Amino acid sequence: MEQLAQQLINGLSLGSIYALIALGYTMVYGIIQLINFAHGEIYMVGAYVGYACMTFLGLGFFESLLIAMVACSVLGVVIERVAYKPLRNSTRIAALITAIGVSLLIQYTMMALVGADVRTYPALPDYLSASFNIGGVIISAQSILIIGTSVLLMVALQFIVHRTRLGKAMRAVSMDADAARLMGVNVDTTISFTFMLGSALAGAAGVLVGVYYNSINPLMGVLPGLKAFVAAVFGGIGIIPGALIGGFFIGTAETLVSGYLSSLFKDAVVFAILILVLIFRPAGLLGKNVREKV
Amino acid sequence: MTGKPMVRTLLTQGVPLLALYVVVLAGLNLGLIDDYLMATIATLCINIVLAVSLNLITGFTGQFSLGHAGFMAIGAYATGLITIAMPTVLGFIVGLLVGGLLSALVGFLIGLPTLRLRGDYLAIATLGLAEIIRIVLNNLEFTNGAAGLAGIPQLMDWNWFFILTVGSVILIRNFLRSRHGRDAIAVREDEIAAESIGVDTTRAKVLSFTVGAFFGGLAGGMYASYFYFIKPDTFGFLKSIDILVIVVLGGLGSLSGSVIAAILLAIISTVLQQFTELRMILYALLLVIIMVFRPQGLMGSREISLKVFGSLFKRKPAEPGEAR
Repeated sequence: MEQLAQQLINGLSLGSIYALIALGYTMVYGIIQLINFAHGEIYMVGAYVGYACMTFLGLGFFESLLIAMVACSVLGVVIERVAYKPLRNSTRIAALITAIGVSLLIQYTMMALVGADVRTYPALPDYLSASFNIGGVIISAQSILIIGTSVLLMVALQFIVHRTRLGKAMRAVSMDADAARLMGVNVDTTISFTFMLGSALAGAAGVLVGVYYNSINPLMGVLPGLKAFVAAVFGGIGIIPGALIGGFFIGTAETLVSGYLSSLFKDAVVFAILILVLIFRPAGLLGKNVREKV
Repeated sequence: MTGKPMVRTLLTQGVPLLALYVVVLAGLNLGLIDDYLMATIATLCINIVLAVSLNLITGFTGQFSLGHAGFMAIGAYATGLITIAMPTVLGFIVGLLVGGLLSALVGFLIGLPTLRLRGDYLAIATLGLAEIIRIVLNNLEFTNGAAGLAGIPQLMDWNWFFILTVGSVILIRNFLRSRHGRDAIAVREDEIAAESIGVDTTRAKVLSFTVGAFFGGLAGGMYASYFYFIKPDTFGFLKSIDILVIVVLGGLGSLSGSVIAAILLAIISTVLQQFTELRMILYALLLVIIMVFRPQGLMGSREISLKVFGSLFKRKPAEPGEAR
């Protein structure tokens, strides 16, 4: 029982990181129907920016988090403007292949820049590395930090999407881009803004994952990126609360499998979940089935 | 086909191929082609089979698959395990066939439910499938886990490469010219329109996917038998991307484009052999640049066939308008 509770807490920390990444996927998909494969790489860059801030500039955790988020949102907008914008009217396969190309480009450019070796994340200050023992279950300040930061960012996102003008524009464009344009919404700005928000969240997730696993490398974005995508599909892609549920579900499933079965199969289970979801409920948990019209 | 065109086909298409076969064979026997060059030729042949079979799925049927390396892995392990148990030519043929059929079966089983999905969902589902195959191979006892399978008898030689590569391309070309191939192309052009004129779209998609998976498995068997060592990580996500780059560069929907692109990329990667990272950066840039500036690839959906050798001797036919 205690072990289960422990696994659930670990799953919750990992899940909140997945949820942060999944939010970016889902927002971008919701607005331009593109699976942004480069999203996992933005998260990797976030982890490196955070690492550089903490190690070389000696900044604290929260300053580094903020800088990483800003750097990633700039990167996200640049990618959108340079690679995706020219393809807005081409086929989905073309856009998807471009996304894969951008993702590989960032991975290997990063590898050439910082080297392929694994780097150890700097230790957190004492007050953030304490842990509490509650009835046999150990809750570390680190997981509180991860979950707390994630929840705070998600609340901020909800506020932006539902309470601001740009959020309203985002919802309008995702509903119908042409109609939104007719109503005077600047579609290009809105799409860039969406990339900015999603990338900032991915950057934050990168720093948090550096803290969680203690090590980073240039290829770290591939698997979490895919898993976060699975999370987004699980909850219903394009739906923001769906990404949250999906993220927590995938994170928990993964920690439970590695805790009770074998850590070797944790990745396989995530993809098996994906295929099952696609077969039985392709629209996702919260999605509605939409009939294709001619 | 009446007698005269068939003779011409044989002359115009068979002769250049035969010349190619003889040249390489002579090079091998005279020692002009060393092991390194032969390995490049082997990789080239395998890539051609992989690219042509993926092109059938992605280029001609319009079903975006990111899991071709998974089919390759199934074929490679089947051929490897069977030829280790039975190191004869018969064992080799059985191995290739079993490998191909097994991956066709997996393709069929996964294709039946997932091909109902829209393009990008299918991409992710196939990616997931390839990852699952890789992880399972990593953890199975009889495949020797992550350490890989060593000591596979090397039964592939240039004769087999020639027969299997040319055979695969011709079979896939003939498949595309058949009724099933036209169904597949109709599905790519407009699924709803195809359905309304009586094309069984699910059947067309599953059939293309299964045939493509078969040849993917065959290419895996060729790989296992020539390089006599396989490990699950060889067939990772990057391998699928490698194949996709070839198909996209050559042109989605152009078999000859795939062949040309495979040759072009084989040259590029031989030149950049020492600089793995640079090669990957270049590949990635190539993908993005092609998609932004020439999304139809080098060839679009046009074909160059070996008939150009024939048309050197006669009046040039009118240039067909570019499809799409």
